[in-house]
Amino acid sequence: MTHSDDLQEEKTGSGLKSAIHAQRMTKIFGSGKDQVIALDDVSLSIQENEFFTLLGPSGCGKTTLLRLIAGFDHPTAGLIKLQGKDISHLPPYRRSVNTVFQSYALFPHMTVAKNISFGLEMLGKPKSAIADTVDRMLALVKMEALRNRRIDQLSGGQQQRVALARALAPQPRVLLLDEPLAALDYKLRKEMQFELKRLQHETGITFIFVTHDQEEALTMSDRIAVMNAGRILQIGTPREIYNHPVERFVADFIGNTNFLSAKVVSAAKGRVRLRLFTGKEIETALPVGMAPQGSVTAVVRPEYSLIFADGAVAGAGELSGRLVNIVYFGTDTHYYIRLPDETLFVTRSQNQREDAEAFHIGQSVGVSFKPNAIQVLRD
Amino acid sequence: MTVSGPKGKPFSIKKQPGFGFVAVFCFVMLYAPIFTLIVYSFNAGKYISIWEGFSLQWYVSAWNNEAVQDAAIRSLVLALQASAYSTVLATMAALGTTRTRSFRGLTAIYVLINQPLMVPEIVTAVALLTFFAIIKTATGYQGLAYLVLAHTAFCIPFAYLPIRARLEGMDLILETAAADLYAPPWKTFRHITLPLLWPGIIAGAMLAFVISLDDVVITEFVKSSGQETLPTYMLGQLRRVISPEINAISTALLSLSILVVSAFFFFNRKFGK
Amino acid sequence: MTNKPTGIDRIENARKKRTRRNWLLSTPALIVLICAASGPLLIVLAYSLLSAGEYGGVTWSFSTDAWFNVVFHRDIFDETIGLADAHLLIFWRSVKLSFFTTLTTLAIGFPTAYFIATRNRKTRSMWLFLITVPFWTNLLIRTFAILEVIRNEGLINTALRALEIIHEPIQMLYTDFAIMVGMTYVFLPLMVLPLYASMERLDFNLIEAAYDLYATRYQVLRRVIVPLVKPGIIAGSILVFIPSLGAFVTPRVLGGGKKMMLGNLIELQFGAGRNWPLGAALSITLLGIVMIALVAYLRSTQRSSGGRR
Repeated sequence: MTHSDDLQEEKTGSGLKSAIHAQRMTKIFGSGKDQVIALDDVSLSIQENEFFTLLGPSGCGKTTLLRLIAGFDHPTAGLIKLQGKDISHLPPYRRSVNTVFQSYALFPHMTVAKNISFGLEMLGKPKSAIADTVDRMLALVKMEALRNRRIDQLSGGQQQRVALARALAPQPRVLLLDEPLAALDYKLRKEMQFELKRLQHETGITFIFVTHDQEEALTMSDRIAVMNAGRILQIGTPREIYNHPVERFVADFIGNTNFLSAKVVSAAKGRVRLRLFTGKEIETALPVGMAPQGSVTAVVRPEYSLIFADGAVAGAGELSGRLVNIVYFGTDTHYYIRLPDETLFVTRSQNQREDAEAFHIGQSVGVSFKPNAIQVLRD
Repeated sequence: MTVSGPKGKPFSIKKQPGFGFVAVFCFVMLYAPIFTLIVYSFNAGKYISIWEGFSLQWYVSAWNNEAVQDAAIRSLVLALQASAYSTVLATMAALGTTRTRSFRGLTAIYVLINQPLMVPEIVTAVALLTFFAIIKTATGYQGLAYLVLAHTAFCIPFAYLPIRARLEGMDLILETAAADLYAPPWKTFRHITLPLLWPGIIAGAMLAFVISLDDVVITEFVKSSGQETLPTYMLGQLRRVISPEINAISTALLSLSILVVSAFFFFNRKFGK
Repeated sequence: MTNKPTGIDRIENARKKRTRRNWLLSTPALIVLICAASGPLLIVLAYSLLSAGEYGGVTWSFSTDAWFNVVFHRDIFDETIGLADAHLLIFWRSVKLSFFTTLTTLAIGFPTAYFIATRNRKTRSMWLFLITVPFWTNLLIRTFAILEVIRNEGLINTALRALEIIHEPIQMLYTDFAIMVGMTYVFLPLMVLPLYASMERLDFNLIEAAYDLYATRYQVLRRVIVPLVKPGIIAGSILVFIPSLGAFVTPRVLGGGKKMMLGNLIELQFGAGRNWPLGAALSITLLGIVMIALVAYLRSTQRSSGGRR
């Protein structure tokens, strides 16, 4: 088991300024041979007023972590701090954390207004305050007209917004969202993504968002934690994650990428020199803390590489091969190039204007990389 | 030019020859005796063979019959108590055995709760007779409590089943959401679990009521002399000359049962899965 | 990975708390049931090993007479031991009538359940309601209704005489036949409901496939439908056979005092027979047979679902 503290945990010391600080969280289900390690020694710090996303495939542990933060489950080991206070032993009704459930979990025997006011009633707030808050919440999610509707009369999108309002009404310190947009159709999902971002800014509440949709994560988050098999692989801003993935899984999971094998020629002062299998050498930036040696895997995003007709300038470009497929996407075109080692390399270019296609299948072409486009992965 | 399709009825894969006939015969067979019973409760004459005109005389005489009054009141009092107690006990038991991870002894609890359904009534009746006989000689108490206890016991599984069914259909996520929204366990029960469970509880209570009202064997064995319920009264009458008064009482009981069963069906439909 | 003891402890404590709560909730019901359902069965067992009191009840002296008398009979004059013919006849009648009742209810119930299962969604609940109503009406009332139909001045005889098909009433009451008719009538819904439950789940695509492969209606019935609803058939049979074995009211009303079944024989011991230990022994015997049938049923359902579920 590798301790990923040094690389993953944010540098806020012992989590004093963070909204949520999870320390060495482990969750094991079952026992003996059948046991499932849902979370393996996970630590992270989430800031105040941050839109933080837990991203990963199903089964990676993101929902488990969310449930532990909410208090619906006990961790096998580890602790959780909310704004510096240890809440690990508190039941969910004593944590100032609220959840928007994937299935919404709206109370079917109550109206919209009653659902929204439920948390406040449980907290014993005075009636006038409750009425005010309910009004404000309905305005916030734009559902004023449906105040007295019963839950089974609402559409999926409307239920979603009621679930949001209900969770926001008690003004929690942290809001947890468990794949809330999964059940919505495409257009509605895009609208709600925008809405959620707006809400987070308006309320200033820390949002912890769980999703398996990497596009969603990239567009909405301030920071993303990429998870797989119960571990956090990388935490960073969308840009950092996309452009500087540290592990193969992260590079593969987010967007499209090309994998190349290379050998390290030299590495120093934040730069590394690589030799590709073609013999060509290339220099690129090296992320902090990496000291690669010998054989490594490197990645290049399709849009950071350029295709050109071979032979234009002899020896130019990092790779060369045969163009085997052209896919037209309207906004851009993908070119599939077969390299001498039989692997496929994809490069992308935006279509500038309605030109006749400059390339044809079977043509010999070359690929050049934009500066610092190639990234070394940790092995 | 009109084109006509193939003649005759389309081939139905569901049809089996003769089944429809038997089914209809079955329904007729089920209801004919009951209808006869009901019709002849209104017979002015005494014999089933001779229809002498419409009359409510048997209802009147049954109503005025002191023995019938006594038995009817006792039946109702017994059924109301048994249904109330067994529903409360069954609700608690259902809450303790449903939507929960298996624990040691859970199977034993299931067996004990469903045991009245598995053991033939006469065996239970004999067992209770012997048990209560011991207590009767020891304490001299001869009251209604024995019957109430016996009825409550065998009504528990009947109340338990619909309550449990309803509870199983309730997703735990609602209680989780309530806890997330600052409701401690007892408030969650009061505001979320109980309101949603209520139709199941009503259904269980109705079932228990009907079962208690209809019981013959156990009541016959457990009762002390003079403690007649409507079914035991009728059983006694059937050994003597059968008067249409029995028809009248039967029809009345029937109507009550049908009313309750219809309400039960209605409830299930309205709040069903 | 280090296990902090508190994490696992907390999980264990939560689990223990939950189990305690479950037991607390279930205990009141269990107490009532043990007092007034299960517990007294032990008393019956004890009584079967005591001797009969003079005016009913028992005397506290150990004796295996009761069990002996279940099957055997000691002649009071010459002390020879023979079979208790009367008892054996009653056992035989009970098993025979229960068996035939099961068959009849199956024969009538199967097409009925199939009929209901093949109605469209809307009318189906109506048919179900119609089948359920007799089920919840008083057993005694239903038996009485049959009595009114088959007795000498009853519906059938009156009708037949009016139509001049017969001139003297056919004696149907107080026969084995009467009891069987009564039990069939009373237990029919108990056969139809589990059969319906099985048939409702029938995938009619399979039947379509059978017809597509040239099966006749009869073959489809025998080789597709029946095997698929076998769980329902077995469940219904058990639900009819077991109560039939222990029937008391129906044979008493329709069989008179002469045609006794096991239930009546047991009742006799606690009434005029004044042989409580024998009654206790007979009850335990009945319970034993029922338990065997139940276990056999449970085993068969486990086997048909491919071993342990």
